[in-house]
Formats: sequence, C-alpha cells, structure tokens
Amino acid sequence: MAATVLEAQALRKVFGGLVAVNDVSFTVTEGGVKAMIGPNGAGKTTIFNLLCGVYPLTAGGFRVAGKRGEGRPPHAIARMGLARTFQNVQLFGNMSAVENVMVGWHRRGRAGFLAAALRLPWSRAEDRAAREACTERLAFVGLADRAEDDALSLPFGQQRLVELARALASQPRLLLLDEPAAGLSTREKADLARLVRRICEQGVTVLLVDHDMDFVMDISDTVIVLDHGEKIAEGPPREVQKDARVIAAYLGEEMEASD
Amino acid sequence: MSLWSQTLQFLISGLSMGAVYALIALGFSIIYNATGIVNFAQGEFVMLGALIAISLLTAAHLPLPLAFLCSVVAVTVVAALVERIALRRLRAAGVLVLIIATVGVSMVLRGGAMLVWGKDHVAMRPFSAPETLHLGGVTILTQSLWVIAITLAVMVGLQLFYGRAQVGKAMRATAINREGAALMGISPDAMVFWSFALSGALGATAGILIAPIHMAAYNMGTMLGLKGFCAAIVGGLGSSVGGIAGGFALGVLEALGVGFAPTGYSGYRDAFAFAILLLVLFIRPTGILGARASRGA
Amino acid sequence: MSVSNARLRMVAVGAVAALVAALPFLLRNEYYVSIAIFVGINAIVAIGLNLLMGYAGQVSLGHAAFIALGAYTSAILTTRTGLSPWLAMPAAVAMASLISAIIGVPALRLHGHYLAMATLGFGMIVSIVIAEWVSLTGGTSGLVDIPRLSLAGMVLDSDTKYYYLVWACVAGSLLLSYNIVNSRVGRALRAVHTSEVAAATCGVNIARTKLQVFVLSAGLAGLAGSLYAHQLQFVGPGHTFGFGFSIELVVIVVFGGLATIWGAIVGAGVVTVLGEYLRPAGDLDVMVFGLILVLLLMFMPRGLVHGLASMARRLRREP
Repeated sequence: MAATVLEAQALRKVFGGLVAVNDVSFTVTEGGVKAMIGPNGAGKTTIFNLLCGVYPLTAGGFRVAGKRGEGRPPHAIARMGLARTFQNVQLFGNMSAVENVMVGWHRRGRAGFLAAALRLPWSRAEDRAAREACTERLAFVGLADRAEDDALSLPFGQQRLVELARALASQPRLLLLDEPAAGLSTREKADLARLVRRICEQGVTVLLVDHDMDFVMDISDTVIVLDHGEKIAEGPPREVQKDARVIAAYLGEEMEASD
Repeated sequence: MSLWSQTLQFLISGLSMGAVYALIALGFSIIYNATGIVNFAQGEFVMLGALIAISLLTAAHLPLPLAFLCSVVAVTVVAALVERIALRRLRAAGVLVLIIATVGVSMVLRGGAMLVWGKDHVAMRPFSAPETLHLGGVTILTQSLWVIAITLAVMVGLQLFYGRAQVGKAMRATAINREGAALMGISPDAMVFWSFALSGALGATAGILIAPIHMAAYNMGTMLGLKGFCAAIVGGLGSSVGGIAGGFALGVLEALGVGFAPTGYSGYRDAFAFAILLLVLFIRPTGILGARASRGA
Repeated sequence: MSVSNARLRMVAVGAVAALVAALPFLLRNEYYVSIAIFVGINAIVAIGLNLLMGYAGQVSLGHAAFIALGAYTSAILTTRTGLSPWLAMPAAVAMASLISAIIGVPALRLHGHYLAMATLGFGMIVSIVIAEWVSLTGGTSGLVDIPRLSLAGMVLDSDTKYYYLVWACVAGSLLLSYNIVNSRVGRALRAVHTSEVAAATCGVNIARTKLQVFVLSAGLAGLAGSLYAHQLQFVGPGHTFGFGFSIELVVIVVFGGLATIWGAIVGAGVVTVLGEYLRPAGDLDVMVFGLILVLLLMFMPRGLVHGLASMARRLRREP
C-alpha cells in the first residue's frame, strides 16, 4: 500500500472573528497529484500556510510522513520534506537564479558560520556539490542558461520556474504548488503540466491549488473541493465535476459576481 | 518632608514631564498612523520649538503668547518642509531606508540648530510669577501647572479637530482604514503632509512648555524624542489615547523611580526610561493598550 | 565569473593591499597614521555591521555599545587584573558576543522600527551605565594607563607598528565577511533580507540565523573596541561609545554601500577622515553626516561604491 505523505486532521483556523478553515481533513498518499480547488476565499492558500507552519493552527493537526507538524516552525516542517511555491513568487533579491535555488537546497547542507568563515575544505566541497545539483534542477525546469542571471530580472514565467526549481532542490517528499498556472499563457500551462508530470515521475508527491479548472482536471489524480473553509467533495476529477454541491458552490459564486 | 509630601511632589513633577512626553508621543503616533513610519526627527521639532520661542522672546521681545504661536507655526512649516523635500521621494523605499532617512533629518536639524544657537543652554522664564507655590508642605513649580493645563487644553483641541474639522475627520478616517479612506477620495499625500504639520506643532508646543523647567539647548531633542517614543510604544504605537496614557505613565514612573532611588543613582534617570522601553518591546510590543502591529516590517 | 574578471579582481585587491602596506611611509606624519589606524578600527566594525544591515537586512542603532563593551573589558582586565592584553582581547570579543546574544534573542524577534528602537535603547543603557558605574568603569574619568600590545617581545609602541596590526585585522575581517557571504549561511542571510517566510519554508532557521549574524557583528565590534583601548591607552565615556557614533557607523555602512564588501572600508575612510576635520570645526560633523545620509538615500541609495559605478557606466554609454 502506498505510504501516506501528508495526513491532515480537522484543520481549523480562525482569524479574529472570521473562520477561514473549518474542520478540514484529508490524506495525501505517495505519488501523483492532488489538487485543492474552490471558489475565492475558500481557504485554499490558508491551508497551505497552515501546513507550512506560516500560520499557527487554531485547532487540529497534521503529520508529514508520519511526523507531527502542528506547532512546529516553518523551517522544521521544511526539514520533514515539505517544500512550496508561492502565489506571488517570492524569489530572493540580489541573488542569481542558481543562488536562489541553492537556498532551496539549504536544509541538505551542514556548513555553518564557522565552516564558512574559515572556508574549510569540506564546506567548499559541499558547496560545489550543491551548485552542481542546483544547476541541474534549473536545467530540469529548462533554465540552465539563466543560472547566473539576477533572479528578479527574469520574466515572470521564468521566475515561477526558478521558484519551482528552488522547491525541488531540497528533494522534498511533498511539493505544495500555490496557483502555479496563474498568469501563464495556454502554451506555458501545457509546459507546466508536462513538468509537473515529470516531477511526479521522480518520486515527488504534488499537492496544488489553482483556479484554472482545465489545468487542474488535466493533471490531477484526485481533487478536493473547498467552499467557505470547509471540504465539500473529494475524489477523481470527473466525479467531482459532476458533484451537485460543487456545482452549487461555483454557481453560487457566479451568481454573486453577476449581482 | 513627609513621605506623602515627597510622593505628591514627585507625582506633580512627573505629571508635568509626562504631559510633555504625551505631546511628543502623540506626534509619533499621528505620523505613524498616516505613513507607517516612525519619525526619528520628532525630538528635533521639540527642540526647535523651544529655541525659536526663546529667540523670539529675548531678541525680538515678543510677548509670550505671540512668541508661542509664532514658534509653533515656524516648526509646523519646518515639519511640512521635511516631509515635502526629504521624505516624499523615499516613501516607496523600504523600512530600513526610511528609518535611516529620518535619523539623517534629525541630524541635519540638530546640527543646524547648533550652528544658529551654539551649544549653550538657554533659559526661558516661566510663564507666570511666582515661580513656585507652596501648598500644604509641598513645593510645586507653577510652570508644572501651566504644562499640565495647556497640554489638557491641546488635547481637547485635538478632539475637536478630529471631530469637527474637515482635515481632522479625514485624518481620523485614514488612521482607521488607509485604503478605505483613499477610496473615498481622501488623498494619502495630503494626509501625510498634514500629519507632519500637526506633529510639528505638537512637538513645538511640548518644547516651549518644558523649556522654562529644563532649559533649552541644541541637543535637548534627542533624549526627549526617545522618551516620547518610549511613551508611544508603551501605550501602543498608533493609538492616541495610548500615547497620552503612556506619556503620563512614563513621566510619573520616572519621577517616582528617580525620586525614591538611593542617592548616587540619580544619573541612571535616563536609563530608566529605556529599560521600560526594552521591557515593553520584549514582552508586548503592541503596547499596553494594544495598537495595531507594526506595518511595513 | 569569467577568467578575466577574476584576474582583474586579484589585481585590484593586490593594488589595494600594496597601498595599505605602504601607507605609513607615504604619510610620514604620525598624526595621519593614527587617523589611518582609526579608519581601520572603524572599518572592522563596519564590516560586521554591513553583514547585519546590508546582507541580513536587520537594523542596529546601538552598535557603539558593543565597541564599548569590548574596549572596557580589555581595559578593566588589563588594568585591574594585570591580564596580558593578548588574552584580554579574546575576552573582550567574548564579552561583546555574549551580551549581544543575551539581548539578541528577544530583540531579533522584533522588526523594522521596533528593532531599531530596541537596539537604540540598549545602546543608550550601555552608555549611561559606563558613565554611572564608577567603581567598575571609572565613570567620567574613565580608565587610564592601559598597556600597549606587544608582539614577540617587541612592544607595539609606535603608531606605525600598531597600524599594521589593525590593518591585518581588517584584512582578516574582510576575508571572513567575503567567505560568509558566498556560502550556505551567506545565502541564507541574504534570503532572510528579502523574504523571511520564503527562507523559512526553504528550511532556514530564521531566528538562529539572525542571532548568529548579530553576534558575529557584535564580536567584530568588540575586537575593534579592544584595539581602540590599547591604541589610545584610555577609555572614557566619549564620542566613540555613544549614540552619535552608532549613527556614524550607520552613515559609514550606508555611504560605502549596504551589501558591498569593500563599502565598509571606503565608508570608514571617508567618514572617519571627514569627522576628524569637521569635529574641531565646531562639531559640524553632525549636520554634514545628516546631510550626507539624506542626500545619499535620495540619490545614491546603494551607497557610494555602487553610485559611482553606475555613474561611470552611464557616462561610458553616452557618445
């Protein structure tokens, strides 16, 4: 039986008076792509932030590869094998693309301040290996020739890819993609879909959030539907599309928009 | 002197110092609410207010109320100029840049003051004679009473300003919700401008009030500004009520602490305020009255 | 980096090193050499502060306090307990580092203005304690007769000899800084500057990284303080240990350029020399440095090094 990479139990997050996430539970098994969809404000990105430790949970818990995640700081959760990309692409300034990716590699390295300051041979070897591995990750996303360019000077679509390479550099077990298709052209989305498939083939499990229905239905194995912070459906894409509650939730949004 | 009389004396001097801290704290909060930045030059507005007023009194022989008013107006203009010339360009830059920029502005103002007025301490006569009052075994400076009274009057004035004047209402709206106010047609640029002008006026007032008690010099702004900022933080940065409460609290605590400290420790007076600042920052940075968390962090 | 670029770099570094080595003989006047010593001492602090402010993006408005801690530790240990200056120096670094760790843990949880004020308040407290704790620090009279350093039996009694020691330390600090910036922790530092959240999700321990660079910058300041004490042979509550100097340090770092390795030396050179001329001329340094800060931030926010470089590039492009 496939291993469980992520197990979320009764996640709940309250901001002041607003219940953003209410009693959401789901499991992500190893291999394949799982998607979270839902109308605006459904709580998708909030859940991502909860799973990464960026927001503290109000109630509930989750396990990453069997280890408890709630209450742990983001860097500890990252070390359990979780990596993510951001909706608004958070690349690091004053650094080249490959240096950005090398920050993603950070948790696999050991050299600290002392080793760095003294340029100890083992830390230099470690750095060389890291650079090679990270350049390879950039090649994987198709940006090998951009490695030394200033990351923030790249066009938006390429910045997205650099961030993806950065997330992959830590060799995560679970990759969280936050709206990876947003702002991409049709062709870029097709490329991205292919890329996500290749990532899965390398043994990384993917959990993604997106608004683009076609994109999601195309690449996902299972889909979770959220509405107003609650899970209203879960299953293979075709089934979920026909679910009455899901249709109502989206229709509801359309009706609100036309008011 | 009995313990009670001593306490009362410290209390009153603490309240008058606290009133000054409160005015300075208000200045910080007003600018913070409109711009999200901390104006490290606030203390220099206080210093300029005091020195300009003294010059007007001694050199131009203006009567006190006129000198008071002219000095406040002058510093208001300086504050507005500071915003226009130096800080407007930098608004989009990061927090680090803005902090350093206002520090730079404070240095320019302080250095400039030193060139104009020299390094001497100058005295200002208290607003009225007699200088001291003796009430029931307690000696108070009449100036202390002036400070407290005028500060309270200023605060009432501010309330009226926020409640009745167009600009005041706009500033209050911006403090509550900057984006919403902008959408309603309130220009954020104008709000920033007015916040600086108002803070300049408040700072100048504080300086003129305190000068007869503590003498004025080109470097008086640094400490006063920092303590005013302490008060603003203690009460919650961005909260007017917090700033006022924090100011009075700091003044009283400082006076009592120094007053009752064993002899030989009075030099630690200033360290006291900073220790309180660190304590509040470490334990509850949003202040006792819990204002909004720091923006642009 | 291309080969020719790397070679150019080595030539530049070599030229600067040669200039620094020859300077005492070029200057010939002991007074100028002593100024060059202070430039070096300030550069050491600036290198550390640059790591903190320029690369990690954290602000400190109280760094003079760590210089003071280093200077006074050296002074107290050598004058009161007769400890050898060479042992007092690491003790000074350790003291500055320790205190910075203690204050850093709560302070670095703060951001922006709150952090600036916390460091400022801390700096103020230290300068007040120096003046008030007379039994330990000698109060306003300070401590005198601090012994000189001696190397292998040779006492560093002349400014020239001391100059080489100080600038050897500067070279060491530069090397340290360069190695750190281009390493795993250096990238983590620079990442923290842009986006703490993203860095954390990459596995960077934000709190620990910030604390480590804070302590490192304090340790360097402590070293500078110790060198300062043994150069002047006197410590007292003065300009170098107060709020004004903390700001001067910020001017140095901003002037030279946040996040440039050489910037610290350029900044230290210009600001120290300027200060030497402006202070006797009626304390003009306050106003001039303030103007420099504001004008720099408005027109050359990346500091002099970058500013001149980009100006040069623009001039080259014009026909």
